[in-house]
Amino acid sequence: MNQYQYDAYDQQIVEERARQFAGQVERRVSGEMTENEFKPVRLQNGLYMQLHAYMFRIAVPYGVLNSRQLRKLGYLARTYDRGYGHLTTRQNVQFNWPKLEDIPRALEHLAEVQMHAVQTSGNCIRNVTSDPFAGVAPDELEDPRPYCEILRQWSTFHPEFAFLPRKFKIAVTGTPGHDRAAIRYHDIGVRIVNNEAGERGFEIWAGGGLGRTPVIGKPIRKFIEYEHLLSYCEAILRVYNLYGRRDNKFKARIKILVNELGTEPFRLAVEAEWALIKDSALKLTRAEYERVAQHFQPPPYEKLAAAPGAGGALLAAELGRDRDYARWLQRNVLPHKVPGYKTVVLTAKDKDTPPGDISDTQFDAVADLADRYSFGRAVVMHTQNLVLTDVKESDLRDLHQRLVELDLATPNHGLLTDQICCPGLDYCALANARSIPISLELNRRFDDLDYLNDVGPCSIKISGCINACGHHHIANIGILGINKHGAEAYQLTLGGNDSDSASIGRILGPSFDEHGIVDAVAQVIETYLALRLSDDETFLECYRRLGDKPFKAAVYKDATPRDDDSEQAVA
Amino acid sequence: MRVIKDRKIVDDAWVLLAPDAPVPEAGDVIVHLEQWNTGRESFSGRAGKIGVLLKSHESPEQIQALAQLPLIAIDFPSFTDGRGYSSARLLRERHAYRGELRAVGDVLRDQLFYMERCGLDSFALKAGKDIEGALSAFQDFSVTYQAAADDQRPLFRRVNR
Repeated sequence: MNQYQYDAYDQQIVEERARQFAGQVERRVSGEMTENEFKPVRLQNGLYMQLHAYMFRIAVPYGVLNSRQLRKLGYLARTYDRGYGHLTTRQNVQFNWPKLEDIPRALEHLAEVQMHAVQTSGNCIRNVTSDPFAGVAPDELEDPRPYCEILRQWSTFHPEFAFLPRKFKIAVTGTPGHDRAAIRYHDIGVRIVNNEAGERGFEIWAGGGLGRTPVIGKPIRKFIEYEHLLSYCEAILRVYNLYGRRDNKFKARIKILVNELGTEPFRLAVEAEWALIKDSALKLTRAEYERVAQHFQPPPYEKLAAAPGAGGALLAAELGRDRDYARWLQRNVLPHKVPGYKTVVLTAKDKDTPPGDISDTQFDAVADLADRYSFGRAVVMHTQNLVLTDVKESDLRDLHQRLVELDLATPNHGLLTDQICCPGLDYCALANARSIPISLELNRRFDDLDYLNDVGPCSIKISGCINACGHHHIANIGILGINKHGAEAYQLTLGGNDSDSASIGRILGPSFDEHGIVDAVAQVIETYLALRLSDDETFLECYRRLGDKPFKAAVYKDATPRDDDSEQAVA
Repeated sequence: MRVIKDRKIVDDAWVLLAPDAPVPEAGDVIVHLEQWNTGRESFSGRAGKIGVLLKSHESPEQIQALAQLPLIAIDFPSFTDGRGYSSARLLRERHAYRGELRAVGDVLRDQLFYMERCGLDSFALKAGKDIEGALSAFQDFSVTYQAAADDQRPLFRRVNR
């Protein structure tokens, strides 16, 4: 096993939830419940009203799916949607076109495969996210998934924290040297670490977040032992629930509380609360940890000899013969902690499809591939891709063939066209501008794979409004849609980073129209290529060395000076 | 007025007074926190019980002589204001309050399960709502994961999983 399997208690809870929600939908349809009363209830069940229809968001705890669940998602896409679903930045899956009256039935289907839509929206604790390569990354200190699952159970229908001032997101990484879960941009970020005495425990960050006011979290506790994870989180949540602002929804996230109180007073308030509950029954037991952890035991790997030089030699052997395959090996195939195995990213980023969209047939096919090549498991990445975590090196060529047929083999993992993109004005009632067409236009502009590889690692993230669902603040190149005098316009931010050396992107200058923004990105990239010290200096490193200036000069060289509208983005 | 108390519908005579309204000579009344803290000496000897209203920005530590109160009403100005859940747990678990803990204000069926878990045991449902129908909300779930006022043990300490 390498996924948590429900016992009778877990199963009972999701089935009772499906029944509860069916009753709530009935009372809403009959008019007994007003829309105002129904709204928070449906949100906490993943039903969000978009521009044209309800969006239905299904929880995928820390992104982990098995093949039965993948097939069920394919079935739901076919039966209740228009044949596709969407991978989200919280490692969830959402559908854009379901009907309200179908949801109770869909929930029953989900409960059959140990899934649900609990707390995927609303002002509550959301799906706990983690490193998509948890359990297989060679640089990992410890598998974070057992702790994610323990947090999932603690946060599911927590009676005290169902009506927080605002949404609340937790991420856990088990690789302190390389954060792939963006823990610094979460309300609580948890890092598994060793302390100076060499003991294993957690470092706790709090008060990070994106949205209108992007904030990098603060480390508020250098070390706690494993048994205090729940009590420490409960203390943070209680302080937030009692003292977080409720007068203005745009100032209600914990990041604002931490900023207004100051990090140190906030930390002291948490510590004071924690001191009173740390020795309560919330203390995690070794038995409970082990009960959960045994679900994440490594699958039955074969004893294999690693291909000599791991990826390198494999790649060299292929480069001359099959360029497509070689490029894919180079970009989408990642190291694995077990010799002879690799981790494979399935990019949902082909050039004609909105980033992160997966069709019903792709769900089914990925399920088959997971069964055949990866112990029946796949993972949703927060970058809106899928991963097969445990593929034998000897299977890579066959797998590549199948992925090419499925349009899931674009060799662009971590490159310019591997974008995060919010649904934008095509779907979302909050958006000021469309984001998907910008993404597709960028794909057309950057369709030369040699060029993309030459540019190297560089993230582009696109949000259609200042709520920042597309994470543009933490992209190396961020694009923000705004409404400028009634027309869609786009701002460019540079220099954001979502990992260990966290930074928030800065607005380069005045906004562009939908064609201008794509030209501007191209000019930024050209400038980088001209100015980088060597092929090894990444875009982010180059930007940090040089600052805005050369990029500004290149992008605005033909522009006549005019009013800077940059303040709109931080309003 | 009919309220839910210990999962049953009962007739109830508690009257919530406006802030600073004079406290009548007799009858069971719920007064605001300030009134209780400043005037509680003067209430002894009147016929009828006194309870206190705790607004969502007020905290349990502010209530003086807590143990003397037969009832504390926790105000939910809107059902989406979740501060009352923490206040209820603190009253039960930290201040060992054993009297009646009543939810008042925007109290709706769909929140009763959570409220009861946090230690509230009586519920003045919002006017116009189906009080009989609301009783079934306590059975929404038969399993819970967390420690709360109703059980100090999380599921992993309650059962052998």
